[in-house]
Amino acid sequence: MSNIVSPLEAHSQPATAALLEARGIGKSFLGIAALDGVDFTLQRGEIHALLGENGAGKSTLIKILTGVYSLERGTIRLDGVDVKPADVAAAQALGIGTVYQEVNLLENLTVAENLFLGRQPRRFGLIDKREMRKRSAALLSRYGLDIDVDALLSSYSVAIRQIVAIARAVDLSGKVLVLDEPTASLDAHEVEMLFTVLRRLRQDGLGIIIITHFLNQVYDIADRVTVLRNGRLVGSKPIADLPRLDLISMMLGRELQHITGDRQVSADSVASDAQPPIRFAGYGKRGSVAPFDLDIRPGEVVGIAGLLGSGRSETAFLLFGIDRADSGTASVDNKTIALTSPETAIANGFGFCPEERKTDGIIGDFSVADNIALALQARQGWAKPISSRERQALAESFIKSLDIRPADANRPIKLLSGGNQQKAILARWLATEPRLLILDEPTRGIDIGAHAEILKMIERLCADGMSLVVISSELEELTAIAHRVIVLSDRRHIAELAGDQVTADNIMQAIAAPARTEAA
Amino acid sequence: MIHTRNLPFITTLGIFVIAYGLCILQFPNMLSTRVIGNLLTDNAFLGIAAVGMTFVILSGGIDLSIGSVIAFTSVFVAVLVGSLGVHPLVAFAAVLVISTIFGSLMGAMIRYLGIPPFVVTLAGMFLARGAAYLISTQSVPISHEMIDAIQGFYFRFPGGGRLTALAILMLVVFAVASVIAGRTKFGANVYAIGGNLQSAELLGVPVGSTTIGIYALSGFLSGLAGIAYTLYTSSGYSLATVGVELDAIAAVVIGGTLLTGGVGLVAGTFVGVLIQGLIQTYIVFDGTLSSWWTKIVIGVLLFVFIVLQRGIIWYSNRRLAENRLKEV
Repeated sequence: MSNIVSPLEAHSQPATAALLEARGIGKSFLGIAALDGVDFTLQRGEIHALLGENGAGKSTLIKILTGVYSLERGTIRLDGVDVKPADVAAAQALGIGTVYQEVNLLENLTVAENLFLGRQPRRFGLIDKREMRKRSAALLSRYGLDIDVDALLSSYSVAIRQIVAIARAVDLSGKVLVLDEPTASLDAHEVEMLFTVLRRLRQDGLGIIIITHFLNQVYDIADRVTVLRNGRLVGSKPIADLPRLDLISMMLGRELQHITGDRQVSADSVASDAQPPIRFAGYGKRGSVAPFDLDIRPGEVVGIAGLLGSGRSETAFLLFGIDRADSGTASVDNKTIALTSPETAIANGFGFCPEERKTDGIIGDFSVADNIALALQARQGWAKPISSRERQALAESFIKSLDIRPADANRPIKLLSGGNQQKAILARWLATEPRLLILDEPTRGIDIGAHAEILKMIERLCADGMSLVVISSELEELTAIAHRVIVLSDRRHIAELAGDQVTADNIMQAIAAPARTEAA
Repeated sequence: MIHTRNLPFITTLGIFVIAYGLCILQFPNMLSTRVIGNLLTDNAFLGIAAVGMTFVILSGGIDLSIGSVIAFTSVFVAVLVGSLGVHPLVAFAAVLVISTIFGSLMGAMIRYLGIPPFVVTLAGMFLARGAAYLISTQSVPISHEMIDAIQGFYFRFPGGGRLTALAILMLVVFAVASVIAGRTKFGANVYAIGGNLQSAELLGVPVGSTTIGIYALSGFLSGLAGIAYTLYTSSGYSLATVGVELDAIAAVVIGGTLLTGGVGLVAGTFVGVLIQGLIQTYIVFDGTLSSWWTKIVIGVLLFVFIVLQRGIIWYSNRRLAENRLKEV
């Protein structure tokens, strides 16, 4: 922008100066360093993946670049000019736009209102709605979207909302686009749609920073990778020079014991002639999941695979009594049981870790100890309270055995990272010593380190004789831990794979197999 | 096609039209400009206050101080004009400044101290009511030639009805407020904050100034409602208008505004006020019913509307889920 460049600067900067250069960025919270002297460089026309475990400092760095947090230490140069965005609006004005994972736009407003919030075209001092509609339609058509811009945003799928958010951010800022886990809730088709948009923006010379947990996607779209760990820079490399194993070890900072994807289990480890103690026969609910048969033996991990919306979570809801089945029977030890509510499921020794950890799992303001004691308390009944000393002892034993960090039983659970929250929820159910534990996406939104620990924990639990049902959209995860995998499609159980059949290829083929047609 | 987000408003309008039709069937005299004129005049102060409440609720907040601010305003104006001989215009200006500042302070506390609106405005409610008692515990009569002139001013409808100055004031407030809500940046920001505060902030909405603006507007309109009330009753009384904030909330909710914020129309509140007025008029015409029936009917209507809103949310969520299923 500025023509006044000091001779020194002009000398030290090559003709192709970076679009964004952050140097020595540091930030502390309550005296604990979240970021320590991190450098980050983004070129024009580059998709740059920012990776690291939870707590690595990715979010903090992004928030400093986009003006959510103030810059404490270090410098940010945009187009060779020092900048210090005071807030989100200032960062936008400078050219840095952000699209967040969950909270990005406003569902109660129309698409057009979302696109032009805060910069509405005006006529005679009032908002010109016609002009706003026209410009919105024109803007979205450049992204290949032909939708009714007057409809509420909430009437569109997450993928379309993401593209609307990107369109807004790019239109508003136009230099740097930051995407914080944009693909977390998209299916494969939607991800491809999003990536097509990103590739086009890259051609237009935009600098794009993307945070994601999906390594496949990193290799799919990124040009360069920067890895952070514990608030420090580990390294920054072109993706072409970075084999997957090297990337993972950069992120973990240690050699992997085993990479998920290795088959660790065999069907033989479960005594197949043992009487199945937990049996569902013809179990189903109209409009939710078609009737299915499912036997779960002690010490067995049953994986459930399928696309989003295939009935995975619905199956879990039925097994745990959240939804009531309208056909079939459930039995434990050959005794028929009625699963009418989660309470009855808990009484029968079932446990369930839901997918939506933040909304359905934790009680954010409660301490770790309170959260852990919750299910045990529910099982004992409210008439027999668990004393605070028992609760403390319980929490501390699990904090130790599951390595929950920070090891403070009295800290509100919302202050923990996603992986540690998940461990605390696992601890909640383990405290009830369940015979069947249902895990819905146990590793979603969790960094690789915690991921491996949770998988290891699952293996340990089934070695102790506990039965597990694990729902996951990551096939490698299922093939690594499950003895059997049930494949769902269109809300019915379409295949069951066991033993050596359990491979990612087989699961995908089962999903892709033509769906059986059903009359009415 | 009717937008689902306008469905509550259309329902309210339908209920009003049907209810008015039923009233006319029973009492044909209710179809007169006289009744309509009185309906507007009698509910002017409530309507003006309810406009402020609409903005507050649209932003996801609540303002419990409205009734107390109206009482304070009326006593303040009555004492200034009636006892101290201050010119009414000066008194009006002074009281509007005070109520606006009062509202902005509450907004600032909500925003910058992070205290829930319920708590802040509850404190404001006690404070304003206490201040009103402090000025006078008596009913203070007020008489000034200018006030008499305002009270005597009206347009005559064909049929003998009167469109009084108070009714005009309320209609103007509704008209201006509709434009502010629908066609200004401030209005868009109010909806944005009510939809999701965090998202609005990340999208660059000036949450602080907007929040202060919302409560300042509510304070200003409470003050204006207090002036209207003073003109309506020709007096100021610190015990008056207890619970008017709840009537205002009822009008807003019956008018189709979502209590959780983000969805609603100023015009809906207008119909909500009219429905409350209609019930009272019906009771007057009937002559045998206790006026408490107003509260019972309002109570029932509130239940109906809250259930309706839940139903709409449930329906649109289900439709979205079905669409997604189709896409898959």
